[in-house]
Amino acid sequence: MQEFLQQIVNGVSWGGIYALIALGYTMVYGILRLINFAHGDVFMVGAYLGFYAVHWFGLGRASGSAGSFLALFAFAMIGCALLGVVIERSVYKPVRRHSRLNALITAIGVSLLLENGAILLFGPDPKFFPQVIESRPMRIVSGVVVTNHQLLVLIASCLLMVGLQAIIHRTKTGRAMRAVSFNRDAASLMGINVDRIIIFTFAIGSALAAAAAVLVGLTNPKIEPLMGLLPGLKAFVAAVLGGIGSIPGAMIGGLLMGIAETLVAGYVSSTLRDAIAFALLIVILLVKPTGLMGRAGDEKV
Amino acid sequence: MKRVAVLSACFALSLVSCGEQVSEIRIGEYGSMTGSRATFGTSTHRGILMAVDEVNAVGGIEGVPLRLISEDDQGRPEEAATAVNKLISQDRVVCVLGEVASSASLAAAPIAQKAGVPLITPASTNERVTQTGDYIFRVCYIDPFQGQVMARFAANSLRLTRAAILRDLRNDYSIGLAEVFKSTFSSLGGEIASDQSYQEGDTDFRAFLTTILATEPQAIFVPGYYTEVGLIARQARDLGFTGPLLGGDGWASPSLIGIGGPALEGCYFGNHYATDDPSPLVQDFITRYRDQYRETPDSFAALGYDAARLLIHALKKIQREDAKTFEALQGSEDPDDETRAQAMARLRDAIAEVRDFPGVTGSISIDENRNAVKPIVVLQIKDADLRLVERIAP
Amino acid sequence: MSRGLRSLPPTVVWIAGIVALWLTDRYLAPEVNPYLMRILILSGINIVLAVSLNLINGHTGQFSLGHAGFMAVGGYSAAAFSVYAGPALGDSLATASFVLALLVGAGVAAVSGFLIGIPTLRLRGDYLAIATLGFGEIIRVLILNLDSLGGARGFTNIPSHTNLFWVYLAVAGCVAFHANLIASRHGRALLAIRDDETAAEAMGVPTTRYKVGSFVIGAAFAGLAGGLFGHYLMYLHTNSFTFMKSFEIVIMVVLGGMGSISGSIGAAITLTILPEALRGVREYRMVIYSLLLIVLMILRPQGIFGTRELPDLLRSWRRRSA
Repeated sequence: MQEFLQQIVNGVSWGGIYALIALGYTMVYGILRLINFAHGDVFMVGAYLGFYAVHWFGLGRASGSAGSFLALFAFAMIGCALLGVVIERSVYKPVRRHSRLNALITAIGVSLLLENGAILLFGPDPKFFPQVIESRPMRIVSGVVVTNHQLLVLIASCLLMVGLQAIIHRTKTGRAMRAVSFNRDAASLMGINVDRIIIFTFAIGSALAAAAAVLVGLTNPKIEPLMGLLPGLKAFVAAVLGGIGSIPGAMIGGLLMGIAETLVAGYVSSTLRDAIAFALLIVILLVKPTGLMGRAGDEKV
Repeated sequence: MKRVAVLSACFALSLVSCGEQVSEIRIGEYGSMTGSRATFGTSTHRGILMAVDEVNAVGGIEGVPLRLISEDDQGRPEEAATAVNKLISQDRVVCVLGEVASSASLAAAPIAQKAGVPLITPASTNERVTQTGDYIFRVCYIDPFQGQVMARFAANSLRLTRAAILRDLRNDYSIGLAEVFKSTFSSLGGEIASDQSYQEGDTDFRAFLTTILATEPQAIFVPGYYTEVGLIARQARDLGFTGPLLGGDGWASPSLIGIGGPALEGCYFGNHYATDDPSPLVQDFITRYRDQYRETPDSFAALGYDAARLLIHALKKIQREDAKTFEALQGSEDPDDETRAQAMARLRDAIAEVRDFPGVTGSISIDENRNAVKPIVVLQIKDADLRLVERIAP
Repeated sequence: MSRGLRSLPPTVVWIAGIVALWLTDRYLAPEVNPYLMRILILSGINIVLAVSLNLINGHTGQFSLGHAGFMAVGGYSAAAFSVYAGPALGDSLATASFVLALLVGAGVAAVSGFLIGIPTLRLRGDYLAIATLGFGEIIRVLILNLDSLGGARGFTNIPSHTNLFWVYLAVAGCVAFHANLIASRHGRALLAIRDDETAAEAMGVPTTRYKVGSFVIGAAFAGLAGGLFGHYLMYLHTNSFTFMKSFEIVIMVVLGGMGSISGSIGAAITLTILPEALRGVREYRMVIYSLLLIVLMILRPQGIFGTRELPDLLRSWRRRSA
């Protein structure tokens, strides 16, 4: 039992990370019907931004204050937000008028560009995020251990998700975002500047991915140019699992993904750990393609 | 369309290889300069380069300089094959050095064997590599030996009776080592408490570690690569494990301690050479490497250095004993195919005859299976540094 | 008077072609630089991959991102046949064994195409893409776990049979098959599905059957390519069949123009040569690649040929200059 609980604890921590990344996927898909393949790589860039923030500016170091710590996050989040917007403006916008297939291929192209650009710029070998916070395990129940890192990830992701929900449901921009994701043309007819909403969506999604990246960097210190590939894919599955286009869905999907993965890895086999993500995806797509919390869309003839 | 035409023209031109008669000996090298194992490829390259530069600094072998041509294989087996193919057919090298990853060597070896060009792998420890053919050699020990040694060390020197294994399922090197460790440790009376696996590239091992720790092992054998090992160590400590981790030469990287930090204190792994080995040959190598690259050389740099020096030793032998063959090995133009093929066969023989060659990684003798017979050094990580604990001979 | 080749009965053309190919392989090939030969062979294999993917993506409009999976299935099946059943046939039947191996590879791949096609036919667009990507990865993981296929070690000792003759025979067969298929009424059904599936369904086209069919055929040829690949490299490792490989084939199809067989051929050759030509700038190679892809998508998303074929283009040029 203790082992099982420990696995759950391990899984929930990753679940928070997947949820944060999944939010970016789900928001962009909701608005543009585009699977932003490059999102996982934006996550990777966030990790490197955080890395250099610590190295160059000493942000977040133990000697510093909470403010310095927040500055670390801010640096990465703002940097990625900018990156997301730049990608959207320069690449995705021009292909918007082409077919969705083209947009998907373009996204793949951007993903490759980011990965290989990172290899060129940062070097291919993994770097290790300096251990800014000492890892301190704490026992909660007999034998089950939680580290302060895992708690940090959980709390931070919860805070961010709550913040996002607040934006979506309590601000005018949030309302506009919901409108655009519901029906883009109608929203634009209602006077909403769709372009600006799209930019905003990309910015927020990328910022969340960056936050996830910094959290990952702090807890799993290895970063490398290809680190975004698998988490990105799994987060996408999480988004679909929860219902693509649905924000609470992304959060639940992320958590489920993290737990499922850990349980499979611990109790079944490690090679199946990655395969489980895809298997889950296929099952969901076949059984309930709209996901756990998604709405069924009508198909216009 | 125009772009295609221009590119085709450039490519066609590059194929019409410049056939100048240059007096030099061409050596090929292939390695993963990019990807998650990039330090392996880069280190090996530096070691080889140092050896080549050393020789060229005194004008080469009796005035004939060596030219090193390096190709990246991105860590992919088919790229390794293509790279070696290019080195042999396009660049007309007389010998190929590489690779570290056994999967790459396994893909490239058949090509060298078929073309009759000797290939020396500095660090591929998988048995099957040299089984490909009589032109394939290695200057390192093989996996079965490594696995045995670590098991013996665990049972005899550390007096452990209960160990767990955490292997990399994506990596045949890891699987091979794990299997040999398992059978040797058991035959010495030890018990394998748990046997789990992860995949290269994973960053979270808590699921597997939790399962392992539930069986209460005294130590965990982790025959993987340094990138995962460092993280595994940290997470194992997080989950409350205090025993040592054991491993093989996949741990050998300057980045290991950086990634693993204090979690690696007290852990052991088998390696090809130790930096605190007092022998002047080793210390001299370390000093010169540090001067040039500002880093302590890892075992792959040392192995690359030894592989290249062994090749140079063989070439020098040929130069002394058989001037005509030495001549045939030079240049990019073949005097005629027959002569060149014979020359490379002679080179192959010279390599196979090497006995007690003084290498940085130990005294190297090539046995009848074209593997190197040499001892393993077991290192301990203490005070964030590597300490030589025991040297175990075959 | 200018009807040329077309005036001869096709059987004659085929036989002449095969003989010419065989003679080229026997007498000219050994003279050729092995590096160039390698490129020619890999180009041929890539052509088969691109043309077969084009059937699924370009002609039927189903976005498959898992083609490397089919290639893997075919490659490993063919290799397994050669290594395990081959010796029983003996040396004198080596060629027959090779052909059988290729057929086994294509067959098993076709079955996998069927198994994957059935559940995914319900999905559209992006979802189908991700599902096929997923299947590709699952196939790879499954193979990785099979020790009889070499597992993480890789499958070694595959006999070397692939040469210029076999590869280009396969290329010719593949191209001819696809060209004929597209020109037939089956081809028109596929195009109808691509253009508007609902309308096609309403017009009575059995869309399910055709969509699965295109998967099966595409998979079969990918399997054939895989078999040729395995018997050329003499070694197979799952690292050669990741989603990167699937992407590379997709890029070929997109570059050439989805729906154009000639485009796929041209793009396959170009993208086999390009990485070699860029060897000198190898650190920038992938960056240049991805930039090219993005620029292509923005400026000319229909690829080089669009949906047109080379004979049509030539005909319209000739007409214009007449």
